[in-house]
Amino acid sequence: MDFFELFKYQFIIRAIYTGIFVAGTCSLLGIFLVLRRLSLIGDGLAHITFGGVAIGILTKHEPFYIAMPISVLSSLGILKLSQKAKIYGDAAIGIVSAVGIAFGVIISNIAGGFNIDLFSYLFGNILAISKTDMYISLILSLIVCGIIIKNFDDFFSIAFDEELAQVTGINTKKLNYLLSILTAVTVVMSMRVVGIMLVSALLILPAASALQIFHSFKKVAFFSVFFSVLSVLTGILISLFFNLPSGATIVFVNFIIFLFCLFLKHLESARR
Amino acid sequence: MTNQDVYTVQNLSVKYPRNNIFTNISFSVNKGDFLAIVGPNGSGKSTLVKSLLNLLPYTGNIFLFGTDIKTFSDWQRIGYMPQKFSYFNPLFPATVKEVVQLGISKNNNNPKDILIDKALRSIDIHSLKDKPIATLSGGQQQRVLIARALVNNPELLILDEPTVALDPDIRESFFQILLNMNRNEYKTIMLVTHDIGYVGKYATKLMYFDRNIIFYGTFKDFCESESMGDYFGYRTQHLICNMEHQHLQINNKERS
Repeated sequence: MDFFELFKYQFIIRAIYTGIFVAGTCSLLGIFLVLRRLSLIGDGLAHITFGGVAIGILTKHEPFYIAMPISVLSSLGILKLSQKAKIYGDAAIGIVSAVGIAFGVIISNIAGGFNIDLFSYLFGNILAISKTDMYISLILSLIVCGIIIKNFDDFFSIAFDEELAQVTGINTKKLNYLLSILTAVTVVMSMRVVGIMLVSALLILPAASALQIFHSFKKVAFFSVFFSVLSVLTGILISLFFNLPSGATIVFVNFIIFLFCLFLKHLESARR
Repeated sequence: MTNQDVYTVQNLSVKYPRNNIFTNISFSVNKGDFLAIVGPNGSGKSTLVKSLLNLLPYTGNIFLFGTDIKTFSDWQRIGYMPQKFSYFNPLFPATVKEVVQLGISKNNNNPKDILIDKALRSIDIHSLKDKPIATLSGGQQQRVLIARALVNNPELLILDEPTVALDPDIRESFFQILLNMNRNEYKTIMLVTHDIGYVGKYATKLMYFDRNIIFYGTFKDFCESESMGDYFGYRTQHLICNMEHQHLQINNKERS
């Protein structure tokens, strides 16, 4: 297949647009999650989303619309659980995540077992994204990114130290809820790109890569987005040329970037 | 409550689920005070400070600059530095400038670069401005956090164990900076430390805190207090007060 010929296909153009926007959003959000040691929240919410998708498929409703409110409510539940029940954040994520996936398995069993639809959500297929899915992803990405950019300094301050942020007049409680909601929305939005099982990779890996080699917050933010978009575009192309599953390929490209950054970090330390 | 009161604290209690940290504490801090809050490890000093900033649930009344702390919004007037080693992530990806910038209050409309430069110069770390904080020594990181607390040019500075990682020389110059702020710029300072002997020469007031206010007054009163003699034992009291005299003597010699 000729490289430029690829861009004649609408499904590839849709995949590229959606990939760029979703990857950019995930990586921008991911920096705050990684720095606040909430990396696993993406994984937990993805498992919850699985339950929502199963309900959607069972009731013959669009899974996206069922998964979205379930994921948002669950993210708020995780926050409440860790605050009120004095449970460690990772334990709260673990509880909600396990319950979510157990719920999804039961529902899918009632629906007659795992079917192709459910698998496409579990492992994602960015190349099969419809026009409507693309527009929804673009709009949600713009909203999520807009909110993050507007509150960027405040999120940064909270990531550095929540108490200090509070003493400079930042409403940390409100922003914690906002971050939870944004994460839930982003996870559901990303499930079509890399799938429920791999969505946390889009949140964690680009930020983790950038954190290896950059020591300024703005540079970390910029390169996290850059790595993420690069991995999605490269992943799409590789999956097309070698006929590989797109979601898993995107995650692998991300991992290779991460290894490269680790290598650069090692070189830098050796030079000192 | 007078308009000279920076803090008015009435019947303040803080408790954790299975444990009362302290109950029914009342005191006030006046404008221009240099208050040293001292006490042993685990005595609740940092908990007291956090409750004073509404960072912990409490019962009782706390008024800061005459406003209930629960509705207080003029955070530009406060500079706070928490206990460093309890929270600081040394791998956080930020330059010195970015960390200091984080301290700028939401309602401070002055140009950020000017505020940052002034804060960094005030404790002599302007040359570190663009360095990643992760690459600095413990003492330098501590000074960055002090600059962060100073960046709004606050009326009240609350510092929790600020000198833990500092070398003796830097600690001395840091205290001189605080002294200048207190005596010449009339800033109110509340300093938490467990080093009772060392702060005696700087503080105008001393609070000895051990899950309750054991003593609240001047260092001179502390040294002359019979009840403190009974509490610590006269030898210990003598030792603490002599440590202060030793510091003073050294200081006087240096001055002469």
